[in-house]
Amino acid sequence: MKRFLWPLGIFILLVGFLAAGLTLDPREVPSPLIGKAAPAFDLPVLQQPDKHFIPSDMRGKVWLLNVWASWCVSCRDEHPVLVELSKKGVLPILGLNYKDKSEDAQRWLAQFGNPYQVSVMDADGRTGIDYGVYGVPETYVIDAEGVIRYKQIGPVTPAILEQKILPLAMALKK
Amino acid sequence: MRSLLLAVLFLVAGLSIAENPETENRIRSLEGKLRCLVCQNQSLADSNAELAQDLRRQLREQVAAGRSDAEITDYLVQRYGDFVLYEPPFKASTALLWIGPFALLAGALAALVAILRRRRRAPQEAALGPEERRLVERVLGPGDQA
Repeated sequence: MKRFLWPLGIFILLVGFLAAGLTLDPREVPSPLIGKAAPAFDLPVLQQPDKHFIPSDMRGKVWLLNVWASWCVSCRDEHPVLVELSKKGVLPILGLNYKDKSEDAQRWLAQFGNPYQVSVMDADGRTGIDYGVYGVPETYVIDAEGVIRYKQIGPVTPAILEQKILPLAMALKK
Repeated sequence: MRSLLLAVLFLVAGLSIAENPETENRIRSLEGKLRCLVCQNQSLADSNAELAQDLRRQLREQVAAGRSDAEITDYLVQRYGDFVLYEPPFKASTALLWIGPFALLAGALAALVAILRRRRRAPQEAALGPEERRLVERVLGPGDQA
């Protein structure tokens, strides 16, 4: 009798592995940048290209870096969530406008609202590569020391904001 | 005169294509070893995604700047993690991946050997116990000792 339990046991184990595999999203590649200093950049500001922004300007603050583009469809889903967050004023949001045209990006903000304290233009996507961006939108939580603490791949949903980003940001602020 | 001009033109064209076949081969092989993160089952060389094009451009620039293959792959691993490598490096977190199949094979072979040995050692036919013998005798009647 016992020997018949063996294949059953192996089968159950296999089903367990496959079931666990189903819950994983292969598109979500864990970022090696978490816990490391946010890569430096020096990029022109979207509305005033002669002005530049560097991440160290945000030293001492916990902030979000949101990678967006006017051509990005899921950014539209995400945008109201960011606009809502910016109204609360709890967490500064900075935008990295990724591989976009300045006019398109500005029209997009005029149309859907501008949640960003500053948006910078990464026209050729080099800064995006430094941040390991491979699918827009992506959002980074960066702490007061300029260390990346969290990366959201794909749109920020109200649930992710409430359950992950805001609690983490509040904890980092203390 | 025209044929001379044509010959010169062909020569120039040929030269620019084969400008540096070694570098070109190196870039191709590097691109083949790196994964495109957008379409994850394609290498950088195969993918037409914009990110792959950007990464190929960076790769070319870095090769031109004289970086070694290891430096270039490190550059990408720092940004995208080991996932960009088609061949994951051997370390604690990937040990199971590398050793697992061989361990499974060794385990299966050991189990097979053990089963075969047990089978050979086991008596071909079980002898009758005294209880069974009495039963047989009762049914068949007392006969020759088998």
